Amino acid sequence: MSDLHQNHFELFSLPMQFAINLDMLDQNYRRLQSEVHPDRFAAAPSADRLRSMQLATQANEAYRTLKDPTTRARYLLQIHGVDSHHENNTAMPAEFLMLQMEWRELIAEASADRDVPALEKLLKITQQEAENLQEDLRTTLDENKQLLQAAEAVRKLSFIDKVRSDIEQTIIKLED
Amino acid sequence: MALLQIAEPGMSAAPHQHRLAIGIDLGTTNSLVATVRSGMSTVLHDEQGHALLPSVVRYLPDGTVEVGHQAQAQQSQDPRNTIISAKRFMGRGLHDVPDLVHLPYQFIDAPGMVQVSTRAGIKSPVEISAEILKTLKMRAEKALGVYEGRGELAGAVITVPAYFDEAQRQATKDAARLAGLTVLRLLNEPTAAAVAYGLDNAAEGTYVIYDLGGGTFDISILRLSKGVFEVLATNGNSALGGDDFDRRIFCWVLEQAKLQPITAEDTRLLLTKVREAKEWLTDHASAQITSILSNGEVVDLTLTSATLTQLIQQLVAKTLSPTRKALRDAGLSMEDIKGVVMVGGATRMPQIRQAVAEFFQQEPLTNLDPDKVVALGAAIQANVLAGNRNDNDLLLLDVIPLSLGLETMGGLVEKVIPRNSTLPVARAQDFTTFKDGQTAMSIHVVQGERELVSDCRSLARFELRGIPPMAAGAARIRVTFQVDADGLLSVSAREQTSGVETNITVKPSYGLSEDEIFNMLQSSFTSAEDDKQARALRETQVDAERLLEAISAALTKDGEALLNPQERAAIEAEMETLRTLSTGNDSHAIHSAVEALNLATETFAARRMDTSVKQAFAGKNLNSLKI
Repeated sequence: MSDLHQNHFELFSLPMQFAINLDMLDQNYRRLQSEVHPDRFAAAPSADRLRSMQLATQANEAYRTLKDPTTRARYLLQIHGVDSHHENNTAMPAEFLMLQMEWRELIAEASADRDVPALEKLLKITQQEAENLQEDLRTTLDENKQLLQAAEAVRKLSFIDKVRSDIEQTIIKLED
Repeated sequence: MALLQIAEPGMSAAPHQHRLAIGIDLGTTNSLVATVRSGMSTVLHDEQGHALLPSVVRYLPDGTVEVGHQAQAQQSQDPRNTIISAKRFMGRGLHDVPDLVHLPYQFIDAPGMVQVSTRAGIKSPVEISAEILKTLKMRAEKALGVYEGRGELAGAVITVPAYFDEAQRQATKDAARLAGLTVLRLLNEPTAAAVAYGLDNAAEGTYVIYDLGGGTFDISILRLSKGVFEVLATNGNSALGGDDFDRRIFCWVLEQAKLQPITAEDTRLLLTKVREAKEWLTDHASAQITSILSNGEVVDLTLTSATLTQLIQQLVAKTLSPTRKALRDAGLSMEDIKGVVMVGGATRMPQIRQAVAEFFQQEPLTNLDPDKVVALGAAIQANVLAGNRNDNDLLLLDVIPLSLGLETMGGLVEKVIPRNSTLPVARAQDFTTFKDGQTAMSIHVVQGERELVSDCRSLARFELRGIPPMAAGAARIRVTFQVDADGLLSVSAREQTSGVETNITVKPSYGLSEDEIFNMLQSSFTSAEDDKQARALRETQVDAERLLEAISAALTKDGEALLNPQERAAIEAEMETLRTLSTGNDSHAIHSAVEALNLATETFAARRMDTSVKQAFAGKNLNSLKI
């Protein structure tokens, strides 16, 4: 079962779909690492240690990918042969772009005013927006297999992730 | 290989032999050594019954070296030759060391790392730290009965601040080698503390370790679950600690007493008085700072707790900023934190405890000795890494503290592995050529969070040559970073169309070269070449025995199920060869036979690994795992 050719879902015995049980992911990740981690092979010969390192590296990569909804969705699309980075319709709907600009302006304003609560509020708003898109992905990816629609949602999510990380960076700078 | 100890709890390669291993907390102010005995982690004491060894090294006029309490007692009389807090200078250049002017040493700017001129010559922080490690090693060897033939020391886990960068880590490793210690792993101090705390309290959930030592501050957030310790995020400041609090108070004393520039001896004297006052204020409302300086001037001041709070306010705040960052990196809020464990002598200060309690909206956990907990945890991990199975089935999943990246056009950093990635980790990034016909590419590996290369630490440079001439942008160069469980980074670069490849194991330019280490070892040890060879042979023979024993056990258990008769015969033939050779005294031949046997058992090892992973999920199938 565990070999380097398994996909990330198989590695953790999870169904290959967007909606996964995160507790199960955590548990199975820890269980797998308990078996394959190099520290378990500290006194073992080199071939063992090498293989253990490869498996543990793969487990970490798989866990990181599945844990985050955006990377999980992108990975699923990739399995289905859709590259959400390079699909031809990179243009975003106008209203989404407007929303982006609005957020960017809010960040700039709050940053100038050193208004951390405003930034925290924007974090909540963007979080809600991200959750809505994730809810859409449950439908488009798991139920209807509308892959191109899913790819657009993933691109939007990436945008939002970027905005959220910029907000956090700004807060950190203001708090220092 | 062939032995999979994983599937056989309670069994190690050499079942009856407990391998001696120690954990060392190499602290800025104090150092300790601990070991696991009869399943319990215990701090080892010196002959006078002291657990703490002051991290103080004094070079005496007669050429001898004193370490610890004796050296500490002389620090005011002989400040230039008595080095304290050497840890602050590990892997640091002159420009990195803050508040140099207040230190009584004669610093020398050397490439890579600052050095100190003493009467015993110029000493690097690595050599000074090695003296401390040597003292602890001897203490451990005595306590463990190494001199009475109760086995050799297999190795040590040495703790470092989580926020130490590669240069500082490499310097620590160099010091250990210089002290004659085999380093099993450098372990992050807060992680070590979490292990000791978690196992002791059977803690489950998400915990924060707030570790304020003599010279460094670390914050780590860990998730504890059934013996698995998962570091979620770490942050800190490798130049902030109890020493800085002392210095703040020291400056206040200079100001209040309106002192003119004072001598090195007086500086050391006042710093000692200041530290005593700070420690007194842990349980008292005010402290007296009284001293007579060498010129007869008298200092007599009262420091109240309230004044102290004011003086150190900014420093305390400086610890909260990394704390906020770590929480954000882990994606956690206050409600997720089950407990805050206080580590490091400086966390005894009520001002610190109060600030932490206010920040986390809960009383911090102070029910363990903040001085000892790091060494205790290190000993537990040393025991695991020496191959002694433990009932706790402890597993540490640690992270890299600082991002690793490459220099790109314009002196910018492209991060390849972000900080807080769980080890081991591998990540690849594609790059391309900038000019038409470009046949070589220079690869510059850096560490740090900043955007500009000049603000990060340079770790290594190497070149990929022999790229076939192509139009700019046509070559596809994939650079892969791999960091293993020990935190060791290797970088490889490969041009995808031609397959031209190069790689490097990164050793920071700050570390000592092999030659330097060799020379230092030569000058500090007198052990004869013959001894070394005999020892090497013995070690090779022991390795061979362990391997044979382990493969025999594996064959008995799984040989039937996983190997066909030919495969088994091939392995047994290699075993026979090794068995014969290992009775002789040609260590090279034994070594080659070990390698050959390892190679012959690779497939068997892989199959056993797969089986054991399967067993981990035995009884689970996709249906039962559905949400």
